Amino acid sequence: MSIEGKTILIVDDDYDYLFQLKFQLEQWGCKVVTAESQREAEELLHTLKPDLAILDLMMENEDSGFVLSYKMKKKYPDVPIIISTAVSSETGMSFNRYSEEDKNWIKADTYLEKGIRPEHLKNELEKLIP
Amino acid sequence: MEALKVLVVDDEAGIRSGVTRILSKHVVSYPFMDEDCNFVCFEAASGEEGITIIDAEMPDIVLLDNKLPGIKGLEVLEYIRQKNYNIMVAMITSYASLEIALKATSDGAYDFIPKPFTPQELKSSIDNITKQLFLRRISSKMKQEGKKIRYQFLSVLSHELKAPLNAIEGYLNIMKEKQAGIDITAYDSMIERALERVEGMRNLTMDLLDFTKIRLDNRRDKVKMVNLRQTAKMSVSTVKPYAIQKNISIKLEADDKIEFEADPYDMEIIFNNLLSNAVKYNRDNGIVTVGISKEKDGIVILVSDNGIGMTEEEASQLFKEFVRIRNDKTKNISGSGLGLSIVRKITDIYHGKISVTSKPDEGTTFRVELPV
Repeated sequence: MSIEGKTILIVDDDYDYLFQLKFQLEQWGCKVVTAESQREAEELLHTLKPDLAILDLMMENEDSGFVLSYKMKKKYPDVPIIISTAVSSETGMSFNRYSEEDKNWIKADTYLEKGIRPEHLKNELEKLIP
Repeated sequence: MEALKVLVVDDEAGIRSGVTRILSKHVVSYPFMDEDCNFVCFEAASGEEGITIIDAEMPDIVLLDNKLPGIKGLEVLEYIRQKNYNIMVAMITSYASLEIALKATSDGAYDFIPKPFTPQELKSSIDNITKQLFLRRISSKMKQEGKKIRYQFLSVLSHELKAPLNAIEGYLNIMKEKQAGIDITAYDSMIERALERVEGMRNLTMDLLDFTKIRLDNRRDKVKMVNLRQTAKMSVSTVKPYAIQKNISIKLEADDKIEFEADPYDMEIIFNNLLSNAVKYNRDNGIVTVGISKEKDGIVILVSDNGIGMTEEEASQLFKEFVRIRNDKTKNISGSGLGLSIVRKITDIYHGKISVTSKPDEGTTFRVELPV
């Protein structure tokens, strides 16, 4: 599916990552809404229903992305969510440190490592956006 | 009550039953133990039988005679050592020559109980062994926890190091693919941001050096009387360029005679970190006050600002490694998240205290107390 014209919410506390992702998505013709914290995103979501959301994992808290994802899925179950993080498995802080029980409430559709190639990201977006 | 397993290896039945009888009613209690402990005894009449019981029961303590019918006690000791079993061994023997004593001790025996022994002698030996056993357990537990903390630290650190690299790489890729067109000025702000991230990473590496230095340094040969006013003055001139940009004035209220015995570099780190925070988290035209005073229990350093302040909850997180207060007011301020945890570690070394009081939008005061 084409992602052109779709509204994408990106939430990340790293200004540069936010800028670059927004820049990239806008090149593909997406409308981008940004938030720099879980709190700011929650406020936005009162009035905004994006077509997809890309959430950073560690923001105010180390699991902000999960909490936000959980809340978003409750409000908009049909909006796909990508959780992005610079934390990778070799650092020992991978997702597998969360127990099965935790995974049950983590509602993200996909996890992506930060710094993936743009084509890869586009691919993922096209798969998720209905 | 925890039961420790004791194995007695002796070919004399009387010794075995004597030990079992004495220890079955014995209880050991030390303040550092979570619970008292008593003893369950196993008996072996030969070294071979002893080894079988060791493998099957994994005793905590082995009381070992050297002169045994088959293999010798020292060979049983050697076996325990080779298997790397965590067992406290005490030799019980009437043939306790200096030679055997030395050999056994070098092979890891902890104690000697000369035969014949009175019940009281046995008990006091067992008390000592038990104490040693518990101290070993505690220290191994502390080592494990230390490893865990180091591991967590490294995980977070690698995250902190990767974030700026990702940001810089991202900008470089945009430029490489000329995604913002061929007009080079379109990339000015990206270049500026990339340079800022480089600077942030450099600061982080410097802070990391300080951080490891505090842990590794042997202070003893560097400690001398440090004039705190002079140190504070140096810090003031270090942060001056940043203060000027925001038109912040810095006041130093300190008696010139206050001295503290310390590694001068440690004192510099304290002032540099507190002062640069007071400037960074301040508003334009703000005021920073540095006070050094001698009170009855020691020296008090106060660094106050009338800047952006923080909530109580934010303040409670402040001294942890890599914690940075993130909100709208701080989002354009860069920092490694290590500065205050370094300051706290240094004050710990001098048995001092650091505390903070703060109100959002009113300002923050850090108080360092250094006992003399």
